[in-house]
This record gives sequence, C-alpha cells and structure tokens, in this order.
Amino acid sequence: MFESLSDRFDAIFTRLRGKGRLSEADVDEALREIRLALLQADVNLRVVRDFVTRVRTQLVGADLAQSLTPGQQVVKVVHDELRTILGGETLRITYASRPPTVVLLAGLQGAGKTTAAGKLAAWFRRQGRQPLLVGADLQRPAAVEQLRILGAEAGVPVFSEPADPVSVAARGLAEARRLGRDVLVIDTAGRLSIDEELMDEVRRVSAATDPHYTFLVIDAMTGQDAVATAEAFHKTLELDGVIITKIDGDARGGAALSVKEVVGRPIVFASTGEKQGDFDLFHPDRMADRILGMGDVLSLIEKAEAVVDQAEAERAMARLQEGQFSLDDFLDQMQQLKKMGPLSGLVGMIPGLPKEMRNAEVDDDAMKPIEAIIRSMTPEERRNPSIINGSRRSRIARGSGTTTAEVNSLLDRFKQMQAYMKGLSNLPGIGRRMSRVTAKAGRKSKKKNKRGR
Amino acid sequence: MLNDLILAGSSAAGAIVIAGGTYGLVRTHRRGRLAPPRPPAPPRPAPVAVEEAEAPPDEEMVVVLPERPRLRERLGKARSLFGGYLTSVRSRDRIDETTWEELEEALILADVGVEVTAGVLDDLRTRVKAGNVGTPEELVGLLRDDLVGRLQADRSLHLEPDVTNVWLFVGVNGVGKTTTIGKVGLQQARGGRSVVMAAGDTFRAAAADQLAMWGDRVGVEVVRGNEGGDPGAVIFDAVQHAAAGHADLVLADTAGRLHTKVNLMEELKKVRRVAERPPGKVTESLLVLDATTGQNGLIQAKQFAEAVGLTGVVITKLDGTAKGGIALAVETELGIPVKLIGVGESAEDLVEFDPVEFVDALVGAGD
Repeated sequence: MFESLSDRFDAIFTRLRGKGRLSEADVDEALREIRLALLQADVNLRVVRDFVTRVRTQLVGADLAQSLTPGQQVVKVVHDELRTILGGETLRITYASRPPTVVLLAGLQGAGKTTAAGKLAAWFRRQGRQPLLVGADLQRPAAVEQLRILGAEAGVPVFSEPADPVSVAARGLAEARRLGRDVLVIDTAGRLSIDEELMDEVRRVSAATDPHYTFLVIDAMTGQDAVATAEAFHKTLELDGVIITKIDGDARGGAALSVKEVVGRPIVFASTGEKQGDFDLFHPDRMADRILGMGDVLSLIEKAEAVVDQAEAERAMARLQEGQFSLDDFLDQMQQLKKMGPLSGLVGMIPGLPKEMRNAEVDDDAMKPIEAIIRSMTPEERRNPSIINGSRRSRIARGSGTTTAEVNSLLDRFKQMQAYMKGLSNLPGIGRRMSRVTAKAGRKSKKKNKRGR
Repeated sequence: MLNDLILAGSSAAGAIVIAGGTYGLVRTHRRGRLAPPRPPAPPRPAPVAVEEAEAPPDEEMVVVLPERPRLRERLGKARSLFGGYLTSVRSRDRIDETTWEELEEALILADVGVEVTAGVLDDLRTRVKAGNVGTPEELVGLLRDDLVGRLQADRSLHLEPDVTNVWLFVGVNGVGKTTTIGKVGLQQARGGRSVVMAAGDTFRAAAADQLAMWGDRVGVEVVRGNEGGDPGAVIFDAVQHAAAGHADLVLADTAGRLHTKVNLMEELKKVRRVAERPPGKVTESLLVLDATTGQNGLIQAKQFAEAVGLTGVVITKLDGTAKGGIALAVETELGIPVKLIGVGESAEDLVEFDPVEFVDALVGAGD
C-alpha cells in the first residue's frame, strides 16, 4: 500500500530497460505510472498534467538509443523537468540599504510559522545579522510566549504587546530602528485563506511594515490544497517565496513543487528538523531527487565519467566479476571514489540503499584508517589476504597505527564485501552491463553525445 | 572521450557498486569501532506544579449548546472548485471518458488518494457496465452512495466506569492537538464530566502555557511538568491527580512528532504504557490530522497506529479550502474511524463526524 515512489519508478524503468527504442505505447505506459506516482506524492493535479505533457513531448520520437539506456533517459527527462519546475537557483537574500530588512511570515494554522520565525532569526544571527522578532500572533494562546522562548534560545530579542497585530507590527518596526536591529522578522497568526477578515488584517500588517520579503510558510505534508492556499496568500500579500517546514518526515513534498510551479515563487528556506539549527536555504535539485525518491544516478554517472579512469575501471570490473577483486583493487577504487567528492554526498546518490544507511552520518575520515591498514600490507598480502597470520597482523597494525582488532575487522568486512559484490555482479541489470563491458571492452564507438539539454 | 558509451555506463555501475561496498565497509567498520556507550537515562524530573485553574463555578451550569454547525455551511466557499467539477460532470448528457476523468480529478483534488479513487471508480464502472446507470446525474448519486457506504463505523468516544479514563491525543507537529484537547475538554466538562488536562507536550516552547490558557477558559484543571521533562511523568501525575479527585477523564496532550522519528515514537509508546497503569486506562487513542494533509496522512496513521494503537481520528481545520479526503483513505484503508471534525475556531465547532454530511461536502452533492 505504501509503495514508495522509488519502487514505482524502479518498476517502470525495469520494464523499459532492455528496449533499444521506446514506442509511443511504452512512453504512455511509463507516463501513466509517473502520473500516479506524482499524485501520490501530493503534486497538484494541474501541475502533474502539464508535467506529463511536457515529458511526453520530449520523449516521443526522441532517439533514445543514442544516449543512455531508454530507462535512464526517462529518468533524466523526468528529473530535469522536476528541476525546472522547482526552479534551479537558490534564492539569495539581499539586505535593505536602509535597515531593517523586514521579513513577514504568513500561513495557515499549524504550518510552523512561529517555529520558523525563531529558526529564521537564528539563521540571520548565523549570517552575522542582528535580528528582532516581532510576535504579531495574538490569536493563538501562548504563541507570543513560545516566540519569546525561541528568541531567547537564538539570542534574539522579541517585541510584542497586547494590542492589535497591525500596531504591534508597526511598533516592532519602530523598535527595530530604535535598537538599531538590521533585520525584522514578523510572526503572524495562522489564518485560513478564505477568512476575509483575517486576510485583510495580514494585508494591513504588510502595508504598515512594507516588508522586503514576504514568505508563505507551508507544511511539507500538505496535500492538493497547498496550491489554492498559496494562490490566495499570493493574491493578498504578493509573496516573495515559500518556507517549507517539516521536510524531515517522509512526505514527498509534492506540495512544495506545485506551489513553485503555480505561484511562480521559489522555495527559499527549508526546515529540516526540530533543532533551531535545522534550517537553511532550500536547494531545489535535492528536492527533485527526494520527490523521485531515488538516488541521483545521473550525477553519479556524470561524476564517475569525469574522474574514473576508464581502462582501470574496466579491469577492476572484470576482476570483480571473476571474484579476484583484491585489496589493491579496492584501494584503487577508493581513490577514484574520493575524487568524486565527499562520501556522504555519494551515498545519497546510490539507488536502492536501505533508508537507515542513507540517513546515517558518513565521515570521510573513516576511510583513512582503512587506507592506512591496506597500505601497511605487502603486495602479496593485498592480493591474498588469507596468508595474514598473527605476526603479519600485528605488523600491519603497528604500521598503520591501528589495532589488530581493527585489522581483523577490516579483513572480515572485506571478505563479506567480496561476497556481496560477487552477488551484485550476478544481478540482472549490473551483471549484464558488466558482461557487456567484458565482451565489448576496447571497442571504439561514435562520439559521445553532449550531455544535458 | 572515445570510449564505448556502454562502457561509460558500466563504469558508473561499477562506481555505484564500489561506492556501495566501500560505504558498507566504512560504515560497519566505524560502527564496530565507535559504538559509544549509551548515556544513562536522565533522572525523572519531578513535575513541578499541579496548576489549579480558576475554580469552575460550582453551580450547575446550564449551558445551552448552540445548534450544531453544519459542515455544508462552513464549506460553502470552499466547495466551489469541487462543485465545479461535478457540475460539469452532471451537465453532460451521457457518461463518457471525460466524465470518468473528471470524477477522478475531483477525488484526487480532494486528497482522497490514488488507491481509494481507483477502487471507487472501478466499482462505479462495473455498475455502469451492468447497465443500472444512465445519466451522469445518476452516476454522481452513485458515487455519493458508494463513498458513504465505505464509511460505516462506530464513532462514539468511549468512557468506562470505575477507571480513570485517559484519552490520548497524538499526531505530527502543528495539526492542532492542544486546541482539540481544549475544545474536547470544554465539551466534556459541559456534558457533566469531571475532566483533568495533562500537558504532556513538554517539548514545544510554551505548549503547556497554551493548554493552561484553555484550562482557564474551560474551567478544568491542568497538570503540567517541567519544560523538557518526561511526558510520561506528567501523564502519570495527571492520572493520579484525577483518581484522587474522582475525575472521570484525563485528556492527555502529547508533543507533536513526525512519525519517522524512532526515538520520539518510542517515547510515545512509553507514555501510553504509563497511562495504562491502574487506575488509568486508555479508552481512546486519537490521531489528530490536519485536513490539509496529503497522502502522507495515511503513512502517519499507520505509524501512529503501530505505536499506540489508534481508536479514532480527529480531522481539524475542515473549514478551510482543504477537503480532508485523506480521512476517507485512512478510514477505508486502515479501518480507523473518524470520530470528530473541526470546522471552526470556537469550541462548538468541533463536532461528531457525519459520513453523509462529509461526503456531500466532499462531492458537492445534495444541493
């Protein structure tokens, strides 16, 4: 029932794999699946419809055999379209020449405005600014109290008084000027977009403070309604962007994508956890990956192609397949891998990795002791680790500045990994590609197509 | 680069394999080496205060509840979009592919979800094929009946004699748990029950203050603990306090938590275990869901059900533009009945769920 998007996409692509050319029927079938997958990710129906039309135009008739495999080509087109929709660039906050820079937050009840206001103030602090928080949510019981606690945590003063929100905001602005604060973050009460009275109130707050940035705060778990809400707020307030909250859950965030597409305003910040520091500028490309629920295979391929020595990779692959993959090969591959960037970045791109592995913290330094241990072995030991006895082990440990237990552990893991990789090479997809490598190694072919559109 | 393209692809495949392998190696290696000792559990902080709210007026308060607000009235404005779809469906003189598409879109836009929508439409198609339905008008009627037919359940809120009933409110952040408790507290107090509210949200800044303000308004006692303290301890004290004062019902607030946070879900299980300790008994365990929630609501419901065994769902904020179709998905796919819905700001606006009314509002039928 809770089949994830990635499973769905995998199923789609498995069917497409192995086809040299995609027929219109293939494309239609894939698109139907993609449509359902996007709808389940809460992407707005209107957006899905346009999206599918655009992807179809690009896929039908394209000579898919020319570049990647057809399945990968579909992924690429879908992915590129998602990125386009989400808006490529991360918004850069500029500051008013005459401070304070006023930021107004608005949204539905429970979207996370007050929490976001606290986090945003903390973020401005980290940028070296001197923000002032204004609590103009006088509706929800204890909302101002909550803001005061968050402000104290962030080391940011909070202004509020029991009056009406418009005058609180205006007085907050005056207070910011008086105190010489250079950023003003105004928290407002949650309101429904159809509540005319309250919408008029927030419009007056906006008029009284003339904000440089007006952000709509949206819950990542919102469904189809996100678009209607965003449109209504945009009509009243002329939004500059969106702050998306609670994306640390497992919601696919299709709502976010839809808002960008329909309202034409980017997602500027994302709130990614319960701590105050879990808040940063939003990176659209990462969201595209997230919505696809898949590793970023294409970036990985691009990276690999850019840095991996082809001939070397080919040799390693052949040995891997024959089960002769040695610690030397492993060391080589590790060097190649390091050239591709930080390990934590790569892990996210590996498709099919269990969730708990993907989310774990990876430390590139963790590779160092492994490297040291292997480098402390003789060539013979690297080729044939089974000859490593007690005295060799303690020599290796001394040489690498580790313990024999660590050497043992590495050897055990390596054995497991050999078995795992042998198993992998027997998998249909990878195995076939590998055998193609061995069969066609060295064959020259037409010039590589230029990547990217 | 003149290398074979396939080779390019496969070298990437190789890189993936090796990256995966290396990662596994590095990670397990690290885990082997670095398993940190578990920090000792923090000592259970003693709840600081049992806050006596303004003593409620002792005399029997004759409260005349205003007439139950009709969902349809509340949804008047919100329905225009949906209504538009079905008006278009009805205005046509025959059932064709467009009709089906429009029905599908109407359901999807209401957040009913792909699975339930497909199920409902398959049902309808079968019946249309059987020849019992001729006009789109009839089809809309059939859709309405089909949806109502899927929503049959016991929706009563349970109270048992001779125990301290605990109604546990759970959900993700920002759905309206604290507000819902305030409203339920008011209604139950007016209904003649003796109620204690437990400020089990010790995490969110000022959450206990928010509940305390409700306590003042409603005139019921609020038991609270330290901010950042152990929620289980707060609930425990509330149950003890309620039992000592012969109160019937403890409304237990909990901190909003994303269902993906393993530790927090474990904490919730513990809260429930504590609440079950005699004389306490959890007679309702209610998931609060925001009507704007999309398909993630189904996953939330499933996860919370696994953790604390849900007995019902409360849908809040149905007075906005969101249709709350996720309620339909949760009830039909997981069998968890929707018990209450929130259709406005005031306490009277939290009402029993009525399937017919809900479906009529959802499909814009019954005009």
